[in-house]
Amino acid sequence: MAYSDKVLDHFKHPRNVGTLDKDKKNVGTGLVGAPECGDVMRLQIEVDEATGIISDAKFKTFGCGSAIASSSLATEWLKGKTVDEAMAIDNMDIVEELALPPVKIHCSVLAEDAIKSAIADYKSKNNVTANA
Amino acid sequence: MSKRLIYLDNNATTPTDPRVVEAMLPYFFEKSGNPASRNHPFGWVAEEAVDYAREQIADLIHVDPKEIIFTSGATEADNLALKGVFEMYRSKGNHIITAKTEHKAVLDSCKKIEKMGGEITYLEVEHDGRINLEALEAAIKKETILVSIMWANNETGVIQDMKAIGDICKKHGVLLMSDATQAVGKIDVDPKAAGVHLMAFSSHKMYGPKGVGALYVCRKNPRVKVTAQMDGGGHERGMRSGTLNVPGIVGFGKAAKLAKEEMATEAARLSALRDKLQNQLLANLEEVYVNGNQEHRMPHVTNISFKHVEGEGLMMTFNQEIAVSSGSACTSASLEPSYVLVALGLGDDLAHSSIRFSLGRFTTEEDVDYAIEALTNGVRHMRDLSPIWEMYKEGIDLENMVWDNQH
Repeated sequence: MAYSDKVLDHFKHPRNVGTLDKDKKNVGTGLVGAPECGDVMRLQIEVDEATGIISDAKFKTFGCGSAIASSSLATEWLKGKTVDEAMAIDNMDIVEELALPPVKIHCSVLAEDAIKSAIADYKSKNNVTANA
Repeated sequence: MSKRLIYLDNNATTPTDPRVVEAMLPYFFEKSGNPASRNHPFGWVAEEAVDYAREQIADLIHVDPKEIIFTSGATEADNLALKGVFEMYRSKGNHIITAKTEHKAVLDSCKKIEKMGGEITYLEVEHDGRINLEALEAAIKKETILVSIMWANNETGVIQDMKAIGDICKKHGVLLMSDATQAVGKIDVDPKAAGVHLMAFSSHKMYGPKGVGALYVCRKNPRVKVTAQMDGGGHERGMRSGTLNVPGIVGFGKAAKLAKEEMATEAARLSALRDKLQNQLLANLEEVYVNGNQEHRMPHVTNISFKHVEGEGLMMTFNQEIAVSSGSACTSASLEPSYVLVALGLGDDLAHSSIRFSLGRFTTEEDVDYAIEALTNGVRHMRDLSPIWEMYKEGIDLENMVWDNQH
């Protein structure tokens, strides 16, 4: 199966690989997937407390090229968005942007879940009532 | 940089040796007769070519040429052996014993036989991939008509003790069939000495063309028969109808002759290269594991798990330059890792992290050196990206971690 140019670009030059300090109050961490399923994604956001805007996002992913590209793209999209805007990112947007084939749609689902999980972690740390 | 794509996936298929191609060429046009045409020179020439190839192939596996039935490949030969024996010997019993690590051509034929009223025992294997001989013997009962155990495994290269399995089958009067696709032409395979009565193998795994294979069917002590699965003109002593693939068979014969001549030197050369590849990767990287028995193993194969790295992703780091195979089936809808590695007792995580390297006649030392470097860099790159590797390095207990398993 050939990968799209966008998947290859994200795979070869992944954006925002790394680790944020999960103990910081304004950092939300999402860890989804399981090693025995062949995919684990960790996605983190750092929120500017003054503006409510996501100032930084980092990821690390164990998985195939599409899983890595999906999470790399997600971190690009997260930066500069408010938390509520980030909640609106849909997995099908990722599928479209990366031209993922049907067998790789689960990679985009995992990325959306990682975003939602990171936001939920941030909200619970900051006692924000969930509105999603 | 390498100038060409390095091919380390010779268990999937081998390139056709140019000497084989040359031998085949006259049989497409100048000598294009049908060996079943008994009344003119075109047919005689084709028949002579097929007879000669049959002798070359029989010679490679130390059997009589009359015991070779040509098929379209090993999958068809497996189907013919299993279903053919089941139909032929059904009055004697309906039980067949095989193993969980067999090729799908065997396992799916067995599933079909179950639907036809057969009973199948799928043996577990030891952690090194070999059959437990006591478990095999214990599984034999009075309804057992056939045992089917592959000579060497396609994913791990692990070689079974066919002589010991043959002795057990002989003791209990049960037929023994072996899928020897990965072994024939690379190591000395002697079904008669091992007590194997039926054996499937293929041309394209031994530098011959695709689309042709064979089933060895023992003719003496005992005289084994299989019910044809392909009906028609009664070719191949009635066991496999269909006009013979003359160019393919000629190429298969030439490939067998070359394999016999070069086997000993090639096996020594490839095992040295394979060992270099494996040992260097083990030296360069931590948390690397070799899967399957290393003593009883094909000389050109190694299957390695790179812990905390997903196989398909790892392959993407070098698959523009190097062709290998992964035990991770992330492209399939099921996302299931290799059932062979799981049967060896590997956790799904290690099975997802595995790469099969299979070297071949055209593999050079430069290829292996390049692969060592590319793999080492690829694994390091993927581990830098891997959250699990980071957690492992932080000393987090991954074994007892609760994962989000819903995906």
